[in-house]
Amino acid sequence: MSAPRFNAHGVWAIYRFEVSRALRTIWQSLATPVITTALYFVVFGSAIGSRMGEVDGVSYGAFIVPGLIMLTLFTESIFNAAFGIYFPKFTGTIYEVLSAPVSSFEIVLAYVGAAATKSVVLGLVILATASLFVPIHIAHPLAMIAFLVLISATFCLFGFIIGICSNNFEQMQVVPMLVVTPLTFLGGAFYSISMLPPAWQTVAYFNPVVYLISGFRWTFFGQGDVPVVTSLVATLAFFFICLGVVAWIFRTGYRLKN
Amino acid sequence: MSDILTITDLTKTYASGLKALKPINLAIRRGEIFALLGPNGAGKTTLISIICGIVTPSAGSVVADGHDIQADYRNARMKIGLVPQELTSDRWETVWNTVRFSRGLYGRAPNPAFLERVLRDLSLWDKRNDQLQTLSGGMKRRVMIAKALSHEPMILFLDEPSAGVDVELRRDMWALVRRLRDSGVTIILTTHYIEEAEEMADRIGVINKGELILVEEKKALLSKLGRKQLTLHLQAPLAALPEGLGAWRLALRDGGQTIDYDFDANARDTGVAALLRRLDELGIPFTDINTQQSSLEDIFVSLVQGGKEARP
Repeated sequence: MSAPRFNAHGVWAIYRFEVSRALRTIWQSLATPVITTALYFVVFGSAIGSRMGEVDGVSYGAFIVPGLIMLTLFTESIFNAAFGIYFPKFTGTIYEVLSAPVSSFEIVLAYVGAAATKSVVLGLVILATASLFVPIHIAHPLAMIAFLVLISATFCLFGFIIGICSNNFEQMQVVPMLVVTPLTFLGGAFYSISMLPPAWQTVAYFNPVVYLISGFRWTFFGQGDVPVVTSLVATLAFFFICLGVVAWIFRTGYRLKN
Repeated sequence: MSDILTITDLTKTYASGLKALKPINLAIRRGEIFALLGPNGAGKTTLISIICGIVTPSAGSVVADGHDIQADYRNARMKIGLVPQELTSDRWETVWNTVRFSRGLYGRAPNPAFLERVLRDLSLWDKRNDQLQTLSGGMKRRVMIAKALSHEPMILFLDEPSAGVDVELRRDMWALVRRLRDSGVTIILTTHYIEEAEEMADRIGVINKGELILVEEKKALLSKLGRKQLTLHLQAPLAALPEGLGAWRLALRDGGQTIDYDFDANARDTGVAALLRRLDELGIPFTDINTQQSSLEDIFVSLVQGGKEARP
């Protein structure tokens, strides 16, 4: 029997394994973002939001929904994918994946696909939770789903890299906690960049997260801090950079093979 | 018998500079059980890991059933199953799920009937719904074998299969390995248990410090390198060996109560009969006599210590 050109059974095996791993802890996975989102709405939506006017013609409560989704999506995507590849490295079961007839592309497709699936579901759950607090109108629903999937996949790739490079569980937390979360808070998750003083606006545009949140917010309200095409290009650029790094890792066996 | 695995000039030097494998050349015959012996750090696991795709070779090539492990890795890897030394598993998965995962990973379509047969052969069927963390060490070892067999490989690597396994399970495993060989699977095992190699292997390779120092049929090896020892328990102790016994390689021990005679078991004239006659002539009576042959373990120790001849 000759090996297939594309190991669909192998991809499906990894994907199903990873999804069932996520399903084992589904309630913890869903409860955390739902509770966090609810708290954000209590604090920012009701307590603070009620004292604020509209932002770019949108009520403050509705305005922060895309940013809140992104905030969770970034960290969850990174952590899911990082854990997905780090755990078999940690337990030693990675030997089976490395010795199987699966290509680098197939391995990434399966692991990142599974992690991105969970992230997209989480994003939709947060959206549903948010809709309980504020009326939400999505101007471009298909574009919203496309951005959700693309950003999830991009940050899952980023997480995959972090998982491969990490030597312990603590290292996996460093980038999401110390880099991504601050950049998200400073990237317009809770405000419009136009609300900043001109000098800080210039600084803000060096933050790549601004472009991701802006693009996602455009799908809801038809407007963002930067043109949607710029957001799309920035997101795709980040996606392909991550893809390039992953390809290099598999080509060289960095942190995977001796 | 044709070769199913051909290793040519295979070397591995780690980034640290450690030369784990000097050029290795080895051909494994289809359907045989090949035992690879070597002390810790000899390069056994590195060699297996390269063949299975876990470690990248520095140079050389490996062809598995006609497929180069690098240029045609998909076809090569589909032919190979690996039971690693470490019991690595996802502790929360069930036996069935983990075996099904392995089959899918290797590109095989689902085949519950085949997996059931594998699990039954390994006495795991009753445990199929149990999480791996609830199994004993021996059962986990069986699961590792089931995973390796799940995609119907033609070549099976068993890296220290009996490590941490009780005697009963070890015997079961040997029986299983023989059944696999009888079904056409080629088995390559590394082991610290020389008894295991002596019991099962058709051929034996000895690796030391990254160098394959010997490959030989087990029977021929035991015969070629095997030495025998004759032990005579004397009626009365001797203060020293008499000059009249100088023609034999003898050793006096136990306070002069015992004489040991090392001889080549394959020699036309072992010298035993002449020695016994000579003792009689010299008036040295003995109360008991026995012989023992060098085991594979003796030969192995002798080889890795650099000696040319095994001592009983």
